[in-house]
This record gives sequence, C-alpha cells and structure tokens, in this order.
Amino acid sequence: MKKSSRIIVAVLSVGLIAAFFFPLWFINLEAPQYPEGLGLKIWLHQMGGDLNTINNLNHYIGMKKIYPESIPELKIMPYLLGFLIAGGLLVAAFGKKWILTLYMIIFLAVGTTGGIDFYLWGYDYGHNLDPHAAIKVPGMSYQPPVFGSKKLLNFTAHSYPDIGGSIIILCGLMTVAVALLEYRKAKTTFIQKKTIEKKGIFPKPEIHPEMVFG
Amino acid sequence: MKIQLKKYFESNPMVPSKLKSGPINNKMLGLLFVLGALGGCKNESKQSTMLGTDDAASKVYVAPGKYDDFYMFTSGGFSGQVGVYGLPSGRLFKVIPVFSQNAENAYGYSEETKPMLQTSHGFIPWGDSHHPSLSKTDGNADGRWLFINENNTPRIARIDLKTFTTAEIIEIPNSAGNHPSPYVTENTEYVVAGTRFSVPIGEKKDVPISSYKENFKGLVSLIKVDKETGRMSLATQILLPPFDYDKNRAGKGVSRDWSFFTCYNTEMANTMLEANASQNDKDYVMAVNWRKAEEYLKEGKATEMHTPYYNNHMDDGTQSAVTEVLNKQMILNPKDCPGMVYFMPCPKSPHGCDVSPTGEYIVASGKLAALIPVFSYEKMAKAIEAKNFDGDIQGIPVLKYDAVIAGEVQQPGLGPLHTEFDDKGFAYTSMFLSSEIVKWKLGTWEVVDRIPVYYSIGHLMVPGGDSKNPYGKYVIALNKITKDRYLPTGPEVCQSAQLIDISGDKMKMLLDFPTIGEPHYAQAIAADVLMKNNTRIYKIEENHHPYVAKTEKETKVERKGNEVHIYITSIRSHFSPDNIEGIKVGDIVYWHVTNVEQDWDVPHGFAVQGANNSELLIMPGETRTMKWEPKSSGVFAFYCSDFCSALHQEMQGYVRVSDKNSTAPISFSLNEQK
Repeated sequence: MKKSSRIIVAVLSVGLIAAFFFPLWFINLEAPQYPEGLGLKIWLHQMGGDLNTINNLNHYIGMKKIYPESIPELKIMPYLLGFLIAGGLLVAAFGKKWILTLYMIIFLAVGTTGGIDFYLWGYDYGHNLDPHAAIKVPGMSYQPPVFGSKKLLNFTAHSYPDIGGSIIILCGLMTVAVALLEYRKAKTTFIQKKTIEKKGIFPKPEIHPEMVFG
Repeated sequence: MKIQLKKYFESNPMVPSKLKSGPINNKMLGLLFVLGALGGCKNESKQSTMLGTDDAASKVYVAPGKYDDFYMFTSGGFSGQVGVYGLPSGRLFKVIPVFSQNAENAYGYSEETKPMLQTSHGFIPWGDSHHPSLSKTDGNADGRWLFINENNTPRIARIDLKTFTTAEIIEIPNSAGNHPSPYVTENTEYVVAGTRFSVPIGEKKDVPISSYKENFKGLVSLIKVDKETGRMSLATQILLPPFDYDKNRAGKGVSRDWSFFTCYNTEMANTMLEANASQNDKDYVMAVNWRKAEEYLKEGKATEMHTPYYNNHMDDGTQSAVTEVLNKQMILNPKDCPGMVYFMPCPKSPHGCDVSPTGEYIVASGKLAALIPVFSYEKMAKAIEAKNFDGDIQGIPVLKYDAVIAGEVQQPGLGPLHTEFDDKGFAYTSMFLSSEIVKWKLGTWEVVDRIPVYYSIGHLMVPGGDSKNPYGKYVIALNKITKDRYLPTGPEVCQSAQLIDISGDKMKMLLDFPTIGEPHYAQAIAADVLMKNNTRIYKIEENHHPYVAKTEKETKVERKGNEVHIYITSIRSHFSPDNIEGIKVGDIVYWHVTNVEQDWDVPHGFAVQGANNSELLIMPGETRTMKWEPKSSGVFAFYCSDFCSALHQEMQGYVRVSDKNSTAPISFSLNEQK
C-alpha cells in the first residue's frame, strides 16, 4: 500500500469515532397537527427525539411501543463500530493490501447487515400490530422506510441518515475508493515497469514542432 | 428600467391621479410599483382606493399562520381578568383568569387554585382589574411578569409571562380603592400602590363617617419584588392626608427615585363628591421619593401596624396555591421623614399622571381643566433645594406652581385623561369628553394633530409608551362606549379598542375591535420577547403534587374515613382507572386528575355528572383536583371535556355511588372485561 493510502485509512478510522457522538439515522414524521414535525433519532447506543409522543400516537393503530432498552442492536452497535475503527488502524499499521481488502469486505458486510436489520426491525414494527387496536385499516401496514419518504395515514415519514450515519457511509465509500486506487496503482506500476524496460529510465521527450513555435 | 417604471406608474389605476402629475422620484416609483403589484393591477377602482391611498386593511392584516408583532394585555375591568391580544390584528388569544373564578379552566374552582382568591375577608370570587403593568429592567419591559391591581378589595396580582397564568396575589392592608396601582419602578424594585378611597385604619376603625377629616387616612404602599422569583412583599406604607389618590407612575431616568401621584378631593369631602370634590381650582400632584422611604425604613423611622392580610402564591413544585396570612405593616409618617413627600399644585381634579421617556416631564391631566399642565422634574428638584414652598399640608411641603411647571398645553380638548409618548418627542393625550386623541409636542406644548375615537376614550396606550424606549408605531384607544359601532347585542354592548397608526405626521385609524370586560389600561410588548420563553408543557418529572400519579401504575383510589382520594390519569384517549366503585353518599370525593401527556397543546378536560363545581382543564404534566360530593346513589358518567383526539368521544368512565350504609369496598380498574 502507498503511504498516502495508509494515512487516509488511518484518518478515516479516527474519523469514525465521531459517529459515537451523533445520531446515525433520523425518521421525521409530518402531519397537519404537527407542523414542527415529530422526530425519532437513532444513535449507536440509544434512541431519542419525540419517542414518548410517537409511542403514544402509535397505540391507536396497534403498533408496539419502542423501548430502547429492549433493542439488542443498541448494545451491539457501539462494539461493531469500535471493531471497524480498530480494523482500519490495523490496515494502516500493516499496510498490506490483502488486509485492506478483507477490511473493506467486512466494512461493507457490516453496513449491509445493518441496513437489512433496520429493514427487518421496521417490518416487524410496522406489521406486527395489536389485533385490539382502535384504528384498523384493512391491508394497511406502517413500516417506516429505511431510506426515503412514505405516507402512513395522516403522517408522512422521512427516513434518512443523520450526521453519524453519514460519517460511516462516507468513511465506507472512501475506504472502497482507497482500495480501488490501490488496485489501479498496482496495475499502473506494472505498466510503468514495462515502459521503463522498453524505453530506458529516462525516455526521450517527444517534441512536436507546433508546441515550440505555436 | 426608469422609463418602464414611469410608463407602468402612469398606466396603473392603483396610483391616485393627483400623484401622476408633478415631480416623482425613483424611490416613489419603486414603492408604487410594489403596491401596484400587490394589488394585482386590476381595474377595480374601489380596491385600488383602499390599497393605494388608505392601505389600512393591509397594515393590520396578519396572514393565516403568520404572527402579530406585539402581544397586548388589556385589563378586564369588571371581569377581573386580563385579555391577551395580538397587534396589529386585534385578535384575542386568551383570557388570563386573575381575580375572578373562571369555570372554563377551573381557576378558583379547583382545590389547587381556590386559595389564590382567599383574602382577609374570606374567599372572593370576583375582582375589578384596572392597570396591567409589565415588569421592567432599566426602564424597558423585560417580559418576565405582568402586574395588575384589583380595585375593590385592594390586591395586586403577578402573572407569569412564561405560562400566562396568575402566579401570586398579595392583599394590601389599610387600603381602599386600590386604583393608583400597580406601577413598577425603573428596575421593578417596587410595585407602587395607593388608596383612591381614604378610610379609617389602625385601632380606631368604627368611627362616624362625618369624622372624615380627622379619622380617615390615605396611604401609599411600596411592595418589594424579589429580583429572581418575583415574589411580592409589603415593604412599607406611607401615611397621607385623606385625599383621593387617583393615578400613579414611577419616574425613570433622571426621576428614577420618585413616584408621582395625582390627587383629587383635596376638599376632603365624604359625601356628594361629584360636586364637593370639584370646588378647589387646584388639587395636587404628589411626588414620593421611594429611595428616601427605603432609607427611613432602615433608620427605624417606621411604626408598626397590625392589620391581617393575605399573600397567595402558586408553588411550582406542588402546582398548588399556598396562602400566607401576614399581620405586620411598617408605617412611615412624612412628618417624621423630611424630603420624602411633596405636593405640586395642579389644575382641577387631575386624573392621569404620566412620565415622559427621559423622566423629565410629568404630565398630569386635569380632567375638569381647560389645559394640560406639564411639570419639570429638574425644576421640582431645584424648588425643593431652594425650599420654594407655599406652606404645607400635614407636614408635607407644597411647592409653588410657577416654580415646578414646565409648560401648559393650551386648549387641548375636553376632559384630558391619560398621556403616552412616542419615540419622536410627541405626546398623545386621551380626551374623554371630546372623544379624541390629541397629539402634541414636548417642549413647545403645541397641539399638532387630533383624531376622533368612538366613543369616550379612557386610557390610551402606545406599545412601550410608558417606558424609556417607546415603539412609535401605534397608539391604541381604549373606549368606554361603543353604542352603534358594532352589531347590537341588546342593552349590554361591548367596549372597544381602536388601533391608530402614528408612524407619520397624521394619525390614521386602522382598526376597531371589541374587548373583554372594560379595557381600563393596556400594555404591549414585542412578540419575540415573550415567544422565546413560552412554556409548552409542564415536565411530569417536575410535578411534585402530593396527589400526582405520574404513570398509570401509580393510579389508585384511597378511602380515609369519609374522604375518598382518586389518583387518576388522563392520556389520549382514556382515563385510568375508568371504572370506580365503593363510593358512598356522604363521601367527599377528591378527583386528582394528572394529565400525563408530554406533548404541546394536548390538554384534557374532566367533568363528572352532577358536580356542584366547574370542570377541570388540565395541561400536559399538570395535576388538578375537583371536589365532588355525590348526593344520591347510582352510576355517574365522567368524561373528557376538551376534544383531545380522534377517540375523544370514547374518553369516558363510570363511577358507582352506593347508599350511605353500603359496605361495598373501594375497587377500581381499567380494561378488565368480564
């Protein structure tokens, strides 16, 4: 690995620490009666925002109450991020391309699993409804979107990455970019080597007359 | 562009024709262009006149969803309450219950708020509120509290402007007709009050009315305001001759240590005052140095008097009013306290007493006089130093009129009452008899403009017009009579406020709107000052009410002898518990309802059939208690009386009342189906 790639990976790993201090994802709910909106903030280790208000409103349609303390993901996620940070630092320390490749795969796997897990949680939350609920709309489920906006009865839900999530996504994409550059570099180095073999270490500059006399 | 604008301007029907000829500058063109665009450029001559020339409608139009620029607080007068309006729209937002019971939200009916209306005369369900007065810092409204006086049973209330609720009421002992009240000093050190009616005080109160001159006393009270909490306490009272003290204003700037009062009935009549108190050509403006009073109190110059009086305040933790019965007044006598009180002669029965923004001029309106005298603080201070006196009254020096007068506004109109000020050196005086507002210039005392009002104006108010920095945008006329101004509503018709634009040379009438009760006086404050501190909910974890149920798990019903305490919660859309049995005829039942919502604008109501009481209206995080004494056995329904949610109609419950000798145990439940 190039020295600059190693530095970038190290910086990205350290940068991931910021995700501990910001929410990963937000779900904003808009309705006529809530002009200021209701927000749900998902952190690595907790959930915040207007949780109580949302819980109270959701009982009409029979959605389960969200108790952050009973969501196992919120206990695991901080360790996962810690693991990714440590992994990145290892990549930087050893500078071996195969470790970088492994790291990138793990990073992408963790991200994808997180997304799928979020979808499944949302699916259960939106479909597993109390049969005694006051408001039952045939065929209606209330699964919030993972990414994007969706109309749920009188509410429109917007779900997007927050600062923490954006940092992780950005770091992930940049890690992939670093890996790709590393592969390309490997290829160019190979080609350069070949060129040098053919033309000598200092190839003759090719001078075109029009460049000189314009 | 210039040419285009000019073309547009000439062809625009919105532009008054007299403006089309004559020189027109570019700025004007631009302005008219905008006006034209607003009007939609249609050839409707009526609309164009309205928007193009008067433009009154657009100046008071606050579009749906937009905010007013000012909060205005008007006194409810004989309603005892305070009205909250928006300016310039004139829309009524809220009526704050202060001195009168309010069945709408159980103020004075719930167990928590009943003590607010306790006095040394017992529980009083009504009051006469006159003069709202915003708390001040450095002579400008700071948006913390609003004080207001009760005239009949002398009291002063403090309203918390975070919650728009009455936080404290203090009774003023030895007083009657608490009218020159409650005017705050420059930094709200004191709320100053006086007696309109002199009465016998102290040990000897049962005296012949004819012994007025000898046994009756006037008083000025200095009520100290705690800087942090706002809590009021009676610091001292100053004994005065038995005149009628009518209005008061604290000084500011140069005159910050003083409070000024108008006095009438210096004849000291005790009957047929309309004639007997109108005999003297001159009455007085009284100047009281509160800083000196403070010093004399410290020096121990005061004597004690012991008249019981009440001080009631809302405890934020328990959300309940606490009553303290106090019994000590420190009385200062001007005879023993030189330099504390002075009289300045003032033409005939003065009413309003108003101090200019710098504190230099004191305007006293002789309501039966043909002129408005303006006194100079500087001249007053000099006259005091030079001892330029014209004798004394009961040991209080009378200053010479010529030595203290700054100027007289000649022929202002008939029946001048009150004066407010703008930011450009003009004063505005209300004329009760000629029913108009008169604008005049401070310093030259010239009348520069006048505008009729409908009808018989009392007070007037410029937002910030009593402060060091008035907003010279509007003056509001507070009218006593409306007669034919609105759709008639039988013999009893509304009183009104009128909004007048004072930003230009000529005053312009913009809006006319009815008010609650009688708007004696009003105060206004820039909207953003209050909006940023507005309370939305009471935090449930900060609710330390002794009968709170913070969750449904904490709800219960307890019997203590013949008292039954029901700890009940409300949340959309049910009560917990909602089935209650075991109550007997003869029980005294207390419904302690906690609204456990923590979301803005989700109050719940509570009403139970046959209760000889008002409903409860409970804000999120609040606990309110209804006392209920069922008279007969049966099952009674209770329900939420404030439409709270889609399932509001389902928010109901039943309480079973058994015969007196029933042995049925207390039981309660929620959602236990059999």
